[in-house]
Amino acid sequence: MNAAAAAAAAAAAMPQQRSFLPRLLGAPGAVIGTVVIVVVLGLAAFAPYLAPYDWNATSQCRRLGPISADHWFGCDIFGRDIFSRVIYGARFSLAMGVTTVAISLVFGALLGILIAYGGGRIDRIGARVIDAMLCFPPIILAILIVAVMGVGLVNAALAVGISGIPRFARITRAATLTLVARDFVEAARAVGAGHARIVLRHLLPNLAPILIVIATLDLGGAVLFTATLSFLGLGAQPPTPEWGAMLNAGREYVRYAPWTMIFPGLALFLTVMAVNLVGDRLSLILDPRQRHRS
Amino acid sequence: MPMRARAILGRLLGVIPTLLITWTFVFGAMRLVPGDPVLLMLQGTPISDQAMEAARAKLGVDRPIVAQYLSFLGNAAMGDFGDSFRSRQPVTKLIAAEFPKTLELAVAGFLIGLVIGTTLGVIAGVRPNGWVDTVCMTAALVGLSLPSFWIGMILIQVFATQLQWVPVLGSGWDALILPSITVGLFLAGGLARLTRNSIIEVMGQDYIRTARAKGLTAVRVVAKHAMRNAMIPPLTLLGIQFALLIGGAVVTETVFARPGIGKLLVQAVLEKDFPVVQGIVVLTTGVYVLINVLIDIAYGIIDPRVAE
Repeated sequence: MNAAAAAAAAAAAMPQQRSFLPRLLGAPGAVIGTVVIVVVLGLAAFAPYLAPYDWNATSQCRRLGPISADHWFGCDIFGRDIFSRVIYGARFSLAMGVTTVAISLVFGALLGILIAYGGGRIDRIGARVIDAMLCFPPIILAILIVAVMGVGLVNAALAVGISGIPRFARITRAATLTLVARDFVEAARAVGAGHARIVLRHLLPNLAPILIVIATLDLGGAVLFTATLSFLGLGAQPPTPEWGAMLNAGREYVRYAPWTMIFPGLALFLTVMAVNLVGDRLSLILDPRQRHRS
Repeated sequence: MPMRARAILGRLLGVIPTLLITWTFVFGAMRLVPGDPVLLMLQGTPISDQAMEAARAKLGVDRPIVAQYLSFLGNAAMGDFGDSFRSRQPVTKLIAAEFPKTLELAVAGFLIGLVIGTTLGVIAGVRPNGWVDTVCMTAALVGLSLPSFWIGMILIQVFATQLQWVPVLGSGWDALILPSITVGLFLAGGLARLTRNSIIEVMGQDYIRTARAKGLTAVRVVAKHAMRNAMIPPLTLLGIQFALLIGGAVVTETVFARPGIGKLLVQAVLEKDFPVVQGIVVLTTGVYVLINVLIDIAYGIIDPRVAE
């Protein structure tokens, strides 16, 4: 896809922002997605008030106890209430997704702008390195980074964030290259604007729409990716009530107690689906090229 | 023809600097691992100073970093990644033993993903914006949003434990069904969306109008005229699909306790078995690069317009 054209097109779409929220909610999918996201954020914020039990207190109920009126989602192997743990898990999912995408976005965009703005040899070498880094399948790169830094929630988030940097760098570089050649950058330079001013005042605002679109579209995948590392045992460690880690812990007991995996997984799926629904709608609004397609 | 041969050779040679950069990154990353490599290798076993020196010399970590780097590159090019810290077997041997199982899963998963993805995409794209389109694209989004480890566990629970249609474990073809569906679903969502957009674009072309004007049936127009052209863009993204396949395989092998490269990699990370991690990363990256180049070359042959 031509990122530069998308940037230009998205930039053209920005002035219509006044009716942004009504347009965002103009499709049923986006409404459902927004509601789910608000619910997840609410769960995360008010978890201590909403959760009927302590997320880490064992012996709240019979080990692997089934779904009941007292324990809506059943109990895990340590007799912890799964419903409470799923509520607390909301604190990790979106937060992890936003953190990882922010890392990819900030560092990737910075790198892309610097390379393209530097031009000449810097651009040639930089582009080469970015292309090479894109040759790591993301999950392999993330696992390599976790292997080096050690397992854990923070390291897994860093790994997912870092593994997304090359992608953002490439998109930003392509978009910046076309912007640099445009008249307004030339004009800014002619009136004596410094490099920092050109990058911050003239390039960044024009890059923002495309970067926002890509970041939103990536968010669902990032939530899933981080949970995947936790599921593999490389991210959040027990007893953290992270959904991926909970699925990993419930794996051995699936046969006798399927509820240990059904509910954390369902929560994760619904959250990712909601983010994707909103992301799709958002990209449709911000990127008019797609409008004729849907 | 010689022109084309030269272009192909050029593409193949262009792989070398790319691999060099990725391998340098892997080498650098491995140097960042905290702790002495020999102690990491021994994993807590006590050792005399003398034996320590001997082990350092054997691993080559007593030499200057540049020498280590050059021998790493040389060995990597020859497919030699040293011995596993755990099993003490050559890493290459371990990988070679597991690779066919992952390949089997990847190919089966790819075929399932291809069939489901293109079917949904074509059905949706032929009549865009109708309810059929909405249903298909919602299904595609569900596919993209499903945690594959979760759906894998549900498939096991329903079809292996409850219904007992297929075994959970085993090496037969029937034990491959659920894992490959898990990998395939991972792929199908994205492929469906790509195919839909591509079909919509193709259906607006003049030659489709001509085919329709000739009085061909709708099925014939789509199957013979639209499909062939619409499939080019999704197929060029096969390289990216391969990255998804690897991701799918890593997760799926863990869920189904299937042996394979992915399971080996996760196990190696958890056990701090760095030669194995290094070997698998270098290998998968190499395969990924190679596949992308081959697709590029094939694309140039299939569609002469992009060759120039």
